[in-house]
Amino acid sequence: MSQITRTTSDGNRPGTEIKTAPSEPIDRASARGKRRGPRPSLGAQFMSSTVLWVYAFIAITPLLLMLMNSFRTNQELATQPLGLPLSPDFSSYQRAWIEASFSTYFVNSLVVTIASVVLSTVVSLLAAYGLARSQSKVLQVVESIFVSGLMMPVYLMIVPIFYLLDSMGMVSTREGLILVYTAVSIPFSVFVLGAFFRQLPLELEEAARIDGAGPFRIFWAVMVPLVRPAIATVIIFRFVPIWNDFFYPLILIRDPSKYTLPVGLTSFFGEYQTDWSTLFAGLVIATLPLIVLFLLATKQIVAGLTAGMGK
Amino acid sequence: MSTSVRVRKRQGVSGALPQRVAWLFILPAAVIFSIFVLYPMGTALTYAMFEWQGTNRGGFVGIENFLKLFTEEPYRTQIPRAFLHNFLLFGAAMIVQNSVGLFLAELLHRRKKFKRLFQTLFTMPYLVSPLVVGYLWSLMLSPLFGPVNAILKLIGLESLAQPWLGQPSTAIWVVVLVTAWQWIGFPLLLYGAALGGIPQELEEAASLDGANPWQRFTRITFPMILPIIGTVSVLTFIGAMEAFPIPYALGGSAGSPAGATDVMSLVFYRTSFESGATNAIGVSSAIAILLFLVIFGFSILFTRWFRRTERKLF
Repeated sequence: MSQITRTTSDGNRPGTEIKTAPSEPIDRASARGKRRGPRPSLGAQFMSSTVLWVYAFIAITPLLLMLMNSFRTNQELATQPLGLPLSPDFSSYQRAWIEASFSTYFVNSLVVTIASVVLSTVVSLLAAYGLARSQSKVLQVVESIFVSGLMMPVYLMIVPIFYLLDSMGMVSTREGLILVYTAVSIPFSVFVLGAFFRQLPLELEEAARIDGAGPFRIFWAVMVPLVRPAIATVIIFRFVPIWNDFFYPLILIRDPSKYTLPVGLTSFFGEYQTDWSTLFAGLVIATLPLIVLFLLATKQIVAGLTAGMGK
Repeated sequence: MSTSVRVRKRQGVSGALPQRVAWLFILPAAVIFSIFVLYPMGTALTYAMFEWQGTNRGGFVGIENFLKLFTEEPYRTQIPRAFLHNFLLFGAAMIVQNSVGLFLAELLHRRKKFKRLFQTLFTMPYLVSPLVVGYLWSLMLSPLFGPVNAILKLIGLESLAQPWLGQPSTAIWVVVLVTAWQWIGFPLLLYGAALGGIPQELEEAASLDGANPWQRFTRITFPMILPIIGTVSVLTFIGAMEAFPIPYALGGSAGSPAGATDVMSLVFYRTSFESGATNAIGVSSAIAILLFLVIFGFSILFTRWFRRTERKLF
């Protein structure tokens, strides 16, 4: 074990390093102190790189195969299970999109997800601000009731929700699903946004009030712009689970023209059992918006997942 | 904060909202939440206490519906088997997914190069819908054209190729591994953040004192991240108990083959929406409450146990 112990540290926490790390000479400790603890031997470094690359391969290969196989014909898939889409064929997408009604499912998913995320974010913003800036004991109880919703099990609620929507004539409607998603999103969104509002100093509101702004004007013009990062986090962290959700629409949507993508997938997989490339195309269509969102907001997602977990 | 502001804040004059205005802000969320979450939760607890004729509520029967779960077929055989599979999912997730996640996080947090790239690649499966993940793996494992068997053939292990999802002995392990494949990014990121919070000086001091890497891990890293291990364990338990889309995609709503992939959520789903039993609402509500009690009870036990262990360590 050839270990050189380094004791320099400029107090950099991981994640704050400068992105372009120059390669260092092996025999001299760098003065940057960015690596933590003793330097691993070269052999250990090589081993750890190998393990990480192997797992990266395991994590990503099925997704790449899903994408590649959607461009290959059934014949190619049958004769050569492993192969590259050398002559990409887009007809599977056409079949999934038009024949298998994925265009309908996609629009339904998009409408339901966007409407639920927008509606739940707006009502949660209002509620979080009201709770953060009030000092009554009653409202503290209201807040704990909201946050207790984080613990509510979906299986307990689903049957009563079904009959509630039934009595309102909202089974198999997008509006019904949107209202349910909005309601179940409130606990998380109020919790996150409330934490951010509480960090903001009261002087801002005082200054605005002295300038003659009313409470709603202060809220929209002063406070909401200040919690923009939190709003982005809440939007992403509600968009993904709602887009992917399967249980609620499986039970609350009975009409195929109102299916969201996950429910559409279940009937599609029964119907197109032998048309493999179309099945792959359907899976890609259901996943693509998330991958796009992820590539646009990786930093936000990784930061959000680990928020408050550092200590 | 100047003192004058703090005094005024205590009196509730300046920065704070008057209560009536605060209520106006809270009202829309409170209305939606009450109608679609609180009211259903309240009624769910009463549903299990009545005998149902389809959608008509009959007489009050107390805990009779709960007793049926342990005395009547098919519940008597299906529920213990499903619970066993749920606990198997949890145990396997702790061993496979969370320990591998911790190991990868430990490797990753020493790196500078490609750190973000690895984090991105490892968390990709976590974003995809669990249902899509289940269906994707069912295609990957297909005995007809599945790439998995094709890869085994390629590396000369054709004897290992088999109909993974077609036989009871392997089907449940497919559910376990597919779930782990999807979820690994979650413990990885949480552990990564926890490892980042450990003061570097501790490790350096230990290695100056001659501790080897294994000792450094067991004596410093592990005790320091125990609270996060507790959090991850409880969340893993809840996830394993509520598993639904992946088993549904891999084994259908009946938990094929031969009930080998049956889990509690599927039993609940079949009872509520597929069985056509006259008292479906009563029995399925009892199942939901039983499941909730198990999740809640064990979560509290885990949390307590981890707290006690932490106190012992420090």
